[in-house]
Amino acid sequence: MSATAETHVHDDHDVHHHKETFVTKYIFSQDHKMIAKQYLITGVIIMGIIGIFMSLMIRMQIAWPEKSNVIFETFLGKWAPEGVMDADIYLALVTIHGTIMVFFVLTAGLSGTFSNLLIPLQIGARDMASGFLNMISYWLFFVSCVIMILSFFVEAGPAAAGWTIYPPLSALPMAQGGSGMGMTLWLVSMAIFIASSLLGSLNYIVTVINLRTKGMSMTRLPLTIWAFFVTAIIGVISFPVLLSAALLLIMDRSFGTSFFLSDIFIQGEVLHYQGGSPVLFEHLFWFLGHPEVYIVLLPALGITSEIIATNSRKPIFGYRAMVASILAIAFLSTIVWGHHMFISGMNPFLGSVFTFTTLLIAIPSAVKAFNYITTLWKGNLQMNPAMLFSIGLVSTFITGGLTGIILGDSALDINVHDTYFVVAHFHLVMGISALYGVFAGVYHWFPRMFGRMMNKNLGYLHFWVTAVCAYGVFFPMHFIGMAGLPRRYYTNSNFPLFDDTTNTQLVITMFALVGGLIQLVFLYNFFSSIFYGKKAPQNPWRSNTLEWTAPVKHMHGNWPGAIPHVYRWSYDYSKPGHDEDFVPQNIPMKEGEEELQH
Amino acid sequence: MTALLTIIIVLFVAVALWQMVKIFDLAQVGSSNSQIADDKDNRINGYLMMAFLVFIYAITIASFYYLGDLPLVSNSASEHGPGLDSLMIISMVVIFIVQIVTQFILHYFAFKYKGEKGRKALFYADNNTLEAIWTIIPVIVLAGLIIYGLFTWNDIMNINEDDDPLVVELYAQQFNWKARYGGADNVLGQANVRLIDLDKANILGVAEDDPNAQDDVIVTELHLPKGRPVLFKMRSQDVLHSAYMPHFRAQMNCVPGMVTQFGFTPSVTTEEMRQNPDIQDKVQNINNIRVEKSKELVANGEEALELYEFDYLLLCNKICGKSHYNMQMKIIVETQEEYDAWMKEQKTFANSLN
Repeated sequence: MSATAETHVHDDHDVHHHKETFVTKYIFSQDHKMIAKQYLITGVIIMGIIGIFMSLMIRMQIAWPEKSNVIFETFLGKWAPEGVMDADIYLALVTIHGTIMVFFVLTAGLSGTFSNLLIPLQIGARDMASGFLNMISYWLFFVSCVIMILSFFVEAGPAAAGWTIYPPLSALPMAQGGSGMGMTLWLVSMAIFIASSLLGSLNYIVTVINLRTKGMSMTRLPLTIWAFFVTAIIGVISFPVLLSAALLLIMDRSFGTSFFLSDIFIQGEVLHYQGGSPVLFEHLFWFLGHPEVYIVLLPALGITSEIIATNSRKPIFGYRAMVASILAIAFLSTIVWGHHMFISGMNPFLGSVFTFTTLLIAIPSAVKAFNYITTLWKGNLQMNPAMLFSIGLVSTFITGGLTGIILGDSALDINVHDTYFVVAHFHLVMGISALYGVFAGVYHWFPRMFGRMMNKNLGYLHFWVTAVCAYGVFFPMHFIGMAGLPRRYYTNSNFPLFDDTTNTQLVITMFALVGGLIQLVFLYNFFSSIFYGKKAPQNPWRSNTLEWTAPVKHMHGNWPGAIPHVYRWSYDYSKPGHDEDFVPQNIPMKEGEEELQH
Repeated sequence: MTALLTIIIVLFVAVALWQMVKIFDLAQVGSSNSQIADDKDNRINGYLMMAFLVFIYAITIASFYYLGDLPLVSNSASEHGPGLDSLMIISMVVIFIVQIVTQFILHYFAFKYKGEKGRKALFYADNNTLEAIWTIIPVIVLAGLIIYGLFTWNDIMNINEDDDPLVVELYAQQFNWKARYGGADNVLGQANVRLIDLDKANILGVAEDDPNAQDDVIVTELHLPKGRPVLFKMRSQDVLHSAYMPHFRAQMNCVPGMVTQFGFTPSVTTEEMRQNPDIQDKVQNINNIRVEKSKELVANGEEALELYEFDYLLLCNKICGKSHYNMQMKIIVETQEEYDAWMKEQKTFANSLN
């Protein structure tokens, strides 16, 4: 399968002339397009299947608590004696599902796939600033995935302290089986993951700043690139804080320090820890943890901006306001972490401060939502699957975002903190929304990645069933949360108080199972289209951005000749004075044509 | 063996699904050759957008109709409860209106402006007035909610020690709760987990030589007098826990190594709450469900479920290990006389030591 000479391009400068083997082309590739595909397959597809499958097992346990189930018996082995799920493994599933979906699928999978694919192609660069670091970044990610999955096979089970791994539960092996070897592997995996993420982010930042083609000023950048760029900056600022928290926790666990632990009596003995504070860990964790929400969400919103504009055949409404709100969200996201800690025992005055900053962040979010809606107004909407997922994203972003007004209010948070209300809120606003962003991106850029089209009718089926199920799962969940049902309970059978939520739980599980299974349609569509899909035209969505001017076939350097120059922003759709309803960025201005003040 | 069979069955189901999708896939050959949306797709999906809007409204109405009586937004049992509940209701109304309107506009536009060949979209890139409008409106609404919320929060969190609150320690450990009262002097004795002495039954690590500790009372069922402010001091001996008392709209984490606090005034006794028609309906509903379930259990030769009677509860609401799902303590709110009578029967700390 070694590449032949025809895949090589001849250009005056900057083109790699080395010979490609199978290994350098598909495995240790330094080409950003191949690395994007590697992230897509590992991060989104494989880790996504594992993460979603775990959530279905969690839902089955909640709907039919402590009932025997062949699926548990098969997949959980000794953790489900006679097919009844064990309480420890329930917490482990909750933990690893959260970790995989938040970090592996929606951080590395989403940014890894689309930042890698689109940054060089949309800004007109031959490749990332450092292809080598990019390759290292992917392989570190791969190693961290493997370690995370391996943690399921250790004696006492994987980490089970929740994806937030608050000590002392995560620090003391005697507090919980999963806090032994399983937690060590979790921490090692995350440390490697963070290294991978930082290498990737630095690469994105440097590439966007230095490698833009002639004419591609910052105010002509597509909003996708703005979103990826700012996301990378947030990542570089906040991920090292989680790394330090993880390192300090490793010190506490293995070397007897007391950063997070103090005055502990467990299993009949007093431990030596003195003077540390678990609240300190919460601060460090959420200093990453909240920006993390936007690390997940902003790329999805960037993808949506591009797809909604293209398929509405209209410029995105309020380009400057969109950029300003991305920057505002990025700034505010670093000063709102305390809203996860209103009742952690920190000073109530801090609760007031964080309520204020948290509700502020609703303003740029609202501006974004309104701008999307206005972009649709008087458009000529092309209902491609990617467009449907983008509209779906705006819908779930609104529904999920609005309940943030309740959770961000410290007084109201007292009674719904850590209940199902929270589960419903963050799954809609960041889980489902970001997943829709991933799907929209895959449908939209599949022709660019594989040179073939995905089947649109399967795409429609996939979207509509997923959309109905997403609301079916998470909308009723708000109500059982407001009824006071805490999250992360293995079963509610010890609380007759909550017996009136059992039917609702059953309905939710049904929606979840259907919603999970319908993803198989996507998998079929994805894999069969790679091999048997219809050949894609050069620019199937009639889009303005530069990636559609580059040939699809695998080649280093992206463009065979010179890199195209850019003469306009990327949103000249339906511009008066042009015959076509789109004007690609590399088309020079006509005489007397005005560049819109944006 | 079962495992192998299950995997085989799952594989078969997956293959069957794959084939069904493939049939679906092949059946469309000829209907449309291009995989890019055409006018027909735009029309169908435009109508589906409106159908989806109806679905969102339907699930909202159904949730309110069937589940609307579940939420704890009425019948609070503490003095700060009604204020918090009205803030909740006001926020919900605001959210509800915004949700209904924006979802309508979003889906209606998606339907109204569905693409047609030959039509050109309006080139409309910017409007500062519009941007200003939808920046300022959220600012005003949110400012109102923030100010209202902060006043409520400060009311709840500022505990006035001059009111002579009853001081109660909530003590968390994997996986149960204990409560410690200050006794006649209403002052808690010093305590630290390093002083725990299981042989002497000093399970909370109370300082045995502290004069304030001698009359402390340690119990496993929390009793509170109606109408007197209570100041809770939370401690945990092992991992993080959270003391969640949903009926009192109260929650605070219990953190090893530090003492956290939360205060409220119970306003409804357990007995009064049991007479509340809303609560009686809820209990009746739960018992109907339990009776149904019991029939099934008895048919399988298992024991029937006990009937439910309303009680206030303290739940653990921070993941704390294997039995997190069953870490609870009953709370009884009663009149001052009943409370005094109960307290008289309890052993003091000094008398409880071995």
